Amino acid sequence: MNIKHVGGDNKASLMLYALSTCIWCKRTKLFLQQQGIGYDYVDVDGLEGDEKEKTLEEIRRWNPRCSFPSLVVNGERCIVGFDEDKIREAIGL
Amino acid sequence: MNSTDEISQDDVDSLFERLIIDAKASGYSLNPDTEFAKDLVRSLIVNQRRYGYPSCPCRLSSGTKSDDIDIICPCDYRDPDLDEFGACYCALYVSKAILKSEKRLTSIPERRPSPEEREKAGSGRDILANLSYPVWRCKVCGYLCAREHPPETCPVCKATKERFERFI
Repeated sequence: MNIKHVGGDNKASLMLYALSTCIWCKRTKLFLQQQGIGYDYVDVDGLEGDEKEKTLEEIRRWNPRCSFPSLVVNGERCIVGFDEDKIREAIGL
Repeated sequence: MNSTDEISQDDVDSLFERLIIDAKASGYSLNPDTEFAKDLVRSLIVNQRRYGYPSCPCRLSSGTKSDDIDIICPCDYRDPDLDEFGACYCALYVSKAILKSEKRLTSIPERRPSPEEREKAGSGRDILANLSYPVWRCKVCGYLCAREHPPETCPVCKATKERFERFI
């Protein structure tokens, strides 16, 4: 899959499902970057065919509405939408 | 596929200006944070070029216009979101109250029904008989008119004909 990694502190394992055009996805990326937190992400609007379908299935498991951004923390919980406070709490910032 | 690089600042500025004029004319307001709003305007141009219609930047488009008709900007959910949260899903449009306050905007819950729910909503309509004309409703701004067919363009918000639903 087209997962990209942004380097930084590995305080938590973070998988961000995003859209390249989405302003709140950009804010989430910016926030993590400003905090120096490393994370993986995939821009779903750049995917096609099977890869896109598989990724959407993955997202639906965490967030049935399949909205963006969806940030999966440590494979345990999913933060839907850009929510600084929830991200801080989940990562322990 | 991704033609973001070819979008010039002029493209962004001219669409931005047009949206401000249209918004003002129909009583709406764009986000006063110009940098934020222009970022979204750029994404609208990206989607226009990718899909052939300016679909919501913060939602995943199907690539099929008829499936995305409700999320072509301004989307069908703008007004209820302005009422409840003071901003649309992307916060490109904001309410007058938000405009005056300096409240920090954050992302809001998705209001768009799931594909299954959308299909259901489209099928079950009660018909009121004996009206001399059907009543058409603009799904973007709520404008109603009684005539054989919806107008080419909504006289209030300028949405296109395909954004109308038969109301009665």
